[in-house]
Amino acid sequence: MKLNLKIWRQENATAPGGIHTYELDDVSEDMSFLEMLDVLNEQLNAEGEEPIAFDSDCREGICGQCSLMIDGEAHGPEVTTTCQLHMRSFRDGDSITIEPWRADAFPIVKDLVVDRSAFDRIIQQGGYISVNTGAAPDAHATPVPKDKANRAFDVATCIGCGACVAACPNGSASLFLGAKITHLGELPQGQAERDTRVVNMIGQHDAEGFGGCTNIGECTAACPKEIPLDVISRLNWDLHAALRHGK
Amino acid sequence: MTDLPDTTNSFDSSRTLDAAALAEREGAQQTDDAADYYVDGDPIQDTKAPGGPLEERWNTRQFEARIANPANRRRLSVIVVGTGLAGASAAATLGEAGYVVKSFCYQDSPRRAHSIAAQGGINAAKNYKGDGDSVYRLFYDTIKGGDYRSRESNVYRLAQVSTSIIDQCVAQGVPFAREYGGLLDNRSFGGVQVSRTFYARGQTGQQLLIGAYQALERQVAAGTVKCYTRHEMVELIVVDGRARGIIVRDMVTGEIETYFADVVVLASGGYGNVFFLSTNAMGCNVTAAWRAHRKGALMANPCYTQIHPTCIPVAGAHQSKLTLMSESLRNDGRIWVPKNQADCGKDPREIPEEDRDYYLERIYPAFGNLVPRDIASRQAKNMCDEGRGVGPEVDGVRRGVYLDFAEAIDRLGRKAIEDKYDNLFDMYARITGEDPYTSPMRIYPAVHYVMGGLWVDYDLQSTIPGLFVTGEANFSDHGANRLGASALMQGLADGYFVLPNTIRDYLAEGPFEKIAEDDPAVVEAQQSVKSRIEQFMTTNGTRSVDSYHRELGHIMWEYCGMERSEDGLRKAIDLIRSLKEDFWRNVRVLGSAESMNQSLEKAGRVADFFELGELMCIDALNRRESCGGHFRAESQTEEGEALRHDDQYAYVAAWEWGGADEKPILHKEHLTYEFVEMKQRSYK
Ligand SMILES: Cc1cc2nc3c(=O)[nH]c(=O)nc-3n(C[C@H](O)[C@H](O)[C@H](O)COP(=O)(O)OP(=O)(O)OC[C@H]3O[C@@H](n4cnc5c(N)ncnc54)[C@H](O)[C@@H]3O)c2cc1C
Ligand code: SF4
Ligand code: FES
Repeated sequence: MKLNLKIWRQENATAPGGIHTYELDDVSEDMSFLEMLDVLNEQLNAEGEEPIAFDSDCREGICGQCSLMIDGEAHGPEVTTTCQLHMRSFRDGDSITIEPWRADAFPIVKDLVVDRSAFDRIIQQGGYISVNTGAAPDAHATPVPKDKANRAFDVATCIGCGACVAACPNGSASLFLGAKITHLGELPQGQAERDTRVVNMIGQHDAEGFGGCTNIGECTAACPKEIPLDVISRLNWDLHAALRHGK
Repeated sequence: MTDLPDTTNSFDSSRTLDAAALAEREGAQQTDDAADYYVDGDPIQDTKAPGGPLEERWNTRQFEARIANPANRRRLSVIVVGTGLAGASAAATLGEAGYVVKSFCYQDSPRRAHSIAAQGGINAAKNYKGDGDSVYRLFYDTIKGGDYRSRESNVYRLAQVSTSIIDQCVAQGVPFAREYGGLLDNRSFGGVQVSRTFYARGQTGQQLLIGAYQALERQVAAGTVKCYTRHEMVELIVVDGRARGIIVRDMVTGEIETYFADVVVLASGGYGNVFFLSTNAMGCNVTAAWRAHRKGALMANPCYTQIHPTCIPVAGAHQSKLTLMSESLRNDGRIWVPKNQADCGKDPREIPEEDRDYYLERIYPAFGNLVPRDIASRQAKNMCDEGRGVGPEVDGVRRGVYLDFAEAIDRLGRKAIEDKYDNLFDMYARITGEDPYTSPMRIYPAVHYVMGGLWVDYDLQSTIPGLFVTGEANFSDHGANRLGASALMQGLADGYFVLPNTIRDYLAEGPFEKIAEDDPAVVEAQQSVKSRIEQFMTTNGTRSVDSYHRELGHIMWEYCGMERSEDGLRKAIDLIRSLKEDFWRNVRVLGSAESMNQSLEKAGRVADFFELGELMCIDALNRRESCGGHFRAESQTEEGEALRHDDQYAYVAAWEWGGADEKPILHKEHLTYEFVEMKQRSYK
């Protein structure tokens, strides 16, 4: 198929950016979206134009490094990551607009690449259970009810991609945050730090410039791992509990 | 839902070498195919493993290893390159111990290291099922699985610490699968007699890595660890014979930066991407390890490559990576190709039963579709080489075989198959656009893991004092072949429990003298990094880096892949040398070195892959035997099965860099087995 690609290009964080238009022919429907961009980059390189910078690593939907707004949708039209999107979701002659994640807390690095280090800093504020290596009791010392373990797992599958933020009109990271609060909060091991965790992580979230949640639900619709919206209720519930406990 | 064991373990039909086999081995050709390509060096030995009873060795070493004074630790610095299971666990643990740690990775967050992609599970000798598992059994299975090419002391220690890993991860909140009683669930890998694999649905690597990443971020908050993301190590600094720092390129600004420390740990993962197509992530590279190799660290057994039989086949020339389909599918799927070439292009559903060749069931009636990875892989290649492969033609050949669930769906019902494999079937459908419920899957082998890596002693220290290596980047524990679910175990064993207890012996001598920025060794290293970048930026040739990488990958796959032969390997070495020469003359890297430049990043990696690829071929040429993941056409039984030659090749091949355009130097570490008897395996 033949495509008309409108792609955001920006030299660095401070340079002005803009949409460039490229024609790409002979795109096969078996290509992944990123392989299509690889082919475009080969073409650009041959023509003497610098290839487009975009992020990816595992290319199997698990590392969370890929991140494209495709026709205004985070990760494109399917419920999956950009790297798992395939060209059979598009038609010959389509015009496709490709942009980076847009959020104040995710500054652009170059072209389609953004800086998501704010997520790491949120985790630093309590997204863990404090246990030094070697200090752990036997793994069977504390049974965990299967439904809780399953729930913890389901939300722990978040890949930290940031699509939820990119999709949210407020640029809120509440889904990401709620997923971690729920993962650790479901487990007996996570109880001791439950109050401080939620207060500190939310504090960092706000300090990074992520917006507040107004329950629009775009985040969960864009999330490639289908993290459910109710993790945000859990987040709020835990926050209120912590405040009640005077944290 | 995963990884079957690659080799024997439970399949206890191995036979001890009998007199006839011994005679056959003695008659085996004694020539050294690689003689023209290398220089003989002195033998090498691991001097750190204590002697005595196997089960006491690790205790002894931990006791004998000196302890760095806690008050001193704030003055002792450690660089850890890599944030996968092996690196994040080490950095977090060393931070907890009070050392000053700097952690580096090339991704935008430590959480994205490729350990994240591991699906199947992690082994541990917990014996929670009371099914007779033990440290000794896990040790034995791993030695045997490694085809008797690993060290007994190391492997025993790995099995010993495996149990603590599970405790640690559970305490961190890793959501392993559980039973209704709330206790941990285990599964057995197809054919294994014990259930020792812990798992978190099909995302075990992800969950373990998130656990290690969170421990790491906790130390960042505590101020003991500083993380440098999007920083690629491009050189090792060795001063007065000790590893003292690294040179990195800031991948955002292009800045070349120098970092010093008392000790350097490489946890930089595997180099399977030398094949271009593999199940590795796009950025996986050998650069960190190779730069260390060029500075004096020996590279061990580089040719040992694990090729996984069940991956989604290449769809076309655009293919950028390959995706693993969990090997558990072989429990219910039947593998076949058409009997007649004429049928290969047909809709498989129209090929009648009598025209199908269920070749694994035919050749290996006892194990059928569950034969070990290397056998399943090689037979798939044989079928396609015979012209009986299926799926689209890529470069004129159909490279795929069917993995058919029709019978299982008939027998168990679609629902049962959905329950077991739904996410895998979805992934397959997404990538191929075909529905595996109604039409057989197509699979083909792909490069998955490398057993080779930097040589380390029992302390995980390389031949450069102060340079330690953990995880897939070292060669230590898997011999010629790794068992499923054992790489995660090794990465975390190294990082949480082994390295922190051995590195302290080295650090007890520190802090070492401060290094001046203008030390000649530092200036030389910085200069060489800068001139290499300069050369890429100014060559102004006509071909892209990727096109060279792809071609190198073709050569490696063709001649140093599933089956290697003397002629093929010689040819490969010639091809690699001329391609490398062309690369340095004709590569095109656009843009600027002073900003993010992904072509430039790739150019550095590919340049190192060329040198590694050549060494892999030389290593494969030297080893005229078939063992584990290394199959030499010249060394097979009459039935076409792998044949080891323990009398000649029971050694680790540890290669020393001889210099650019010079021959590498081979140091052999002879392997002795005090506790386990060496056997040949058989699956007939
Ligand atoms: C698809 C797949 C499935 C697997 N499934 C299983 C399984 O079920 N069970 C099992 O036991 N094993 C499995 N394995 C193998 C296992 O996942 C790996 O061997 C293991 O995770 C490697 O861990 P590591 O920490 O050594 O390296 P990695 O996780 O690869 O980490 C490497 C780190 O080094 C960094 N790095 C690399 N080079 C540089 C450089 N030059 N400069 C700076 N940083 C650098 C990277 O940024 C990264 O942080 C699987 C592997 C794959 C590919
Ligand atoms: S919650 Fe979903 S969209 Fe947000 S970071 Fe996690 S996986 Fe990505
Ligand atoms: S590249 Fe890893 S999730 Fe897309």
